[in-house]
Amino acid sequence: MAALSCVVRSGRNAVSRVLRREFHQTAPAAAQVTVRDALNQAMDEEMERDERVFLLGEEVAQYDGAYKVSRGLWKKYGDQRVIDTPITEMGFTGIAVGAAMGGLRPICEFMTFNFSMQAIDQVINSAAKTYYMSAGLQSVPIVFRGPNGASAGVAAQHSQCFAAWYAHCPGLKVLSPWNTEDARGLLKAAIRDDNPVVFLENELMYGVPFELSEEAQSKDFTIPIGKAKIERAGSHVTLVSHSRYVGHCLDAAAVLSKEGVECEVVNLRSIRPLDVDCIESSVMKTNHLVTVEGGWPQFGVGAEICARIMEGPAFNFLDAPVTRVTGVDIPMPYAKILEDNSLPQIKDIIFSVKKTLNI
Amino acid sequence: MKNMLTIISNALCRITGKNAGVQTVSELLIDLSEYVNITSPAVPSMATTQRQPPKPPPVSTRASDTGLVRGQGTGLDSPGARIVVSSRSFADFTPQATFDIKKCEVHRLEEGPPVTAELTREQGLQYYRTMQTVRRMELKADQLYKQKIIRGFCHLYDGQEACAMGIEAAINSTDHLITAYRAHGYTYTRGVSVKHILAELTGRKGGVAKGKGGSMHMYAPQFYGGNGIVGAQVPLGAGIALACQYKGNNQVCVSLYGDGAANQGQIFESFNMAALWKLPCIFICENNKYGMGTSVERASASTDYYRRGDYIPGLRVDGMDVLCVREATKFAADHCRAGKGPILMELQTYRYHGHSMSDPGVSYRTRDEIQEVRTKSDPIAMLKDRMLSNNMAAAEEFKEIDVAIRKEIEEAAQFATLDPEPPLDELCNHIFHNEPPLEVRGTNPWSKLKSIS
Repeated sequence: MAALSCVVRSGRNAVSRVLRREFHQTAPAAAQVTVRDALNQAMDEEMERDERVFLLGEEVAQYDGAYKVSRGLWKKYGDQRVIDTPITEMGFTGIAVGAAMGGLRPICEFMTFNFSMQAIDQVINSAAKTYYMSAGLQSVPIVFRGPNGASAGVAAQHSQCFAAWYAHCPGLKVLSPWNTEDARGLLKAAIRDDNPVVFLENELMYGVPFELSEEAQSKDFTIPIGKAKIERAGSHVTLVSHSRYVGHCLDAAAVLSKEGVECEVVNLRSIRPLDVDCIESSVMKTNHLVTVEGGWPQFGVGAEICARIMEGPAFNFLDAPVTRVTGVDIPMPYAKILEDNSLPQIKDIIFSVKKTLNI
Repeated sequence: MKNMLTIISNALCRITGKNAGVQTVSELLIDLSEYVNITSPAVPSMATTQRQPPKPPPVSTRASDTGLVRGQGTGLDSPGARIVVSSRSFADFTPQATFDIKKCEVHRLEEGPPVTAELTREQGLQYYRTMQTVRRMELKADQLYKQKIIRGFCHLYDGQEACAMGIEAAINSTDHLITAYRAHGYTYTRGVSVKHILAELTGRKGGVAKGKGGSMHMYAPQFYGGNGIVGAQVPLGAGIALACQYKGNNQVCVSLYGDGAANQGQIFESFNMAALWKLPCIFICENNKYGMGTSVERASASTDYYRRGDYIPGLRVDGMDVLCVREATKFAADHCRAGKGPILMELQTYRYHGHSMSDPGVSYRTRDEIQEVRTKSDPIAMLKDRMLSNNMAAAEEFKEIDVAIRKEIEEAAQFATLDPEPPLDELCNHIFHNEPPLEVRGTNPWSKLKSIS
């Protein structure tokens, strides 16, 4: 009786389940995990797996992380592997890059990516370019991670999105996770990668829980860098986004679905390398493309996607020009009403989709 | 004077077989020095080495009574027994001597490095060989640059050879070193051959970085370049020291920078973290008195670079004396390996060339100043004089070494000139490490190039 229900329930795993079934059949071990906890667990597991991996940054050790992402790690691993730095980004980023050159695998945390601007020379000139300049003699296995983009009420100097800036540079990989599975799989992949990776998190997503499948919970779960994911299949328009705005796109898609418009939502996951093939296949199916991002419009992620689509086979499948939904082209204001209207809202996405579809 | 130089130049060219007109005046002088001693003997009043003019070796015994130089004889010698004969054999050379070296000014240290240094004959010849190779390599690079075979940036190291050699003599090959853009000397002392350095300068596939790096981006095991951004290499060096500490391998990292970079904020950030975490990092400021065209007095509110580490102990070292540099670096390395944290050294040195090949180097300093350093403080001449005065080697040996080096440099330059440029299909390689092949966009959308690790 139990064997029969097994076969009915699951497809692929049916045989293996029957073969290894015990008396008590446990439920699928999916769990609700926040993005923060996913990042924390990913770092913990990678530090346990490889003793060369260590974390440095401001407040990462005894404070448990400015946003508590590194909670518990210092207690478990100690001073050598979780290092509090002074507030000297250029210096500690250089030290992190040097440590990577010297054979370790550092995770360099920026309290926000706004502060990485002070250290950007070390990220680009010392980390990104070195493998090329040395013709393969010197590799730099390092992860730069931290919250990127707008938060809530932190105003102009603390709200910039750096996806376009870092993704511009050869020699870097730039990742932008949205949900828990992304955060976990991409961070593990980034730490295991032998190259400099910029890992753009989002502060507003840290506390959001998502279901994490059993497979995604396994210690060796990684997501391939450079591959986007189709979060929702659709046929009328392709929505391409990254980070927090993937959620906005899904919400907009739910609303539009009621009006008979089926959106295909693509979660980029990687900004560099960009999964153009995925976008192109989707556009060749839906004939319409809308990009959604939090960063500024000029020279941004959406702009790059537009250019790539024009250069590829998907251009001939477009029934309308590509539309970009972006942050407003201004420094971020403070007042809530102003801030809310500086970033893409769900209604902006819906409006843009309808304009693109001419409905 | 010019006529005389031309006559001599032509004569020399006939003797040596080189092309007339190719040599610069400085090269000419150096060439002449192989045949004729044109440097002044050490001036007695020079305070740096506290040497007196060398006395001719006594005819009867080898027991020296000057009290300054103590020769240690071989087992064959017994005091008063040996007689100097006119035709020398190797057994007649002093195998080892002790030299007085300039006392280092110290900062936050109870005592400094020793004021004497021992030098064996073998070491002396090896230091000479290395420094002379660097010197000639740099002069050859000067020549190739003027012939437009080397392009872009070329920052030459001649004059500063004692720094690179002294440091290398004091650390192990397993220790680490990183420097800024005036890096050819260190690339050599850290193990890259002249051939591969020159070929990198000329941008050929036989270059140490396959022609993709150029003058400022040469790498070797335990040598992290060659860095183009002023000051950025110092935190990198501290990071390498962190890796040494993390691994517990008792290695140190030497992190070099210049007097111009010494005011960079990130250097002070590195000092802070290195001192906080007691990183085994030797910070070394090569003070050659000019940051590009700006003298130290015009750039720094405090030119006591050895004190700029504040809470970090410091040494001010005579960077023209290879033995002084060696002893100070040994002292510094011992300090770091003992777990006492970082230490700072200021090497007072001088570069003969301008900042780079596009700088004649005489608009902000006088030719007299350059000439004075050349005649009174040249590091290679100083070492040679010491060895000759103490009968540690014969003049002919030095000439032989010079001839061999000249040959090596010529062959390397030949290789660097004739080796082909890197093939175009290498253009996009080495973006990522351990990566499957990827596609790279070329200059236009139809140009799809391939990149492999």
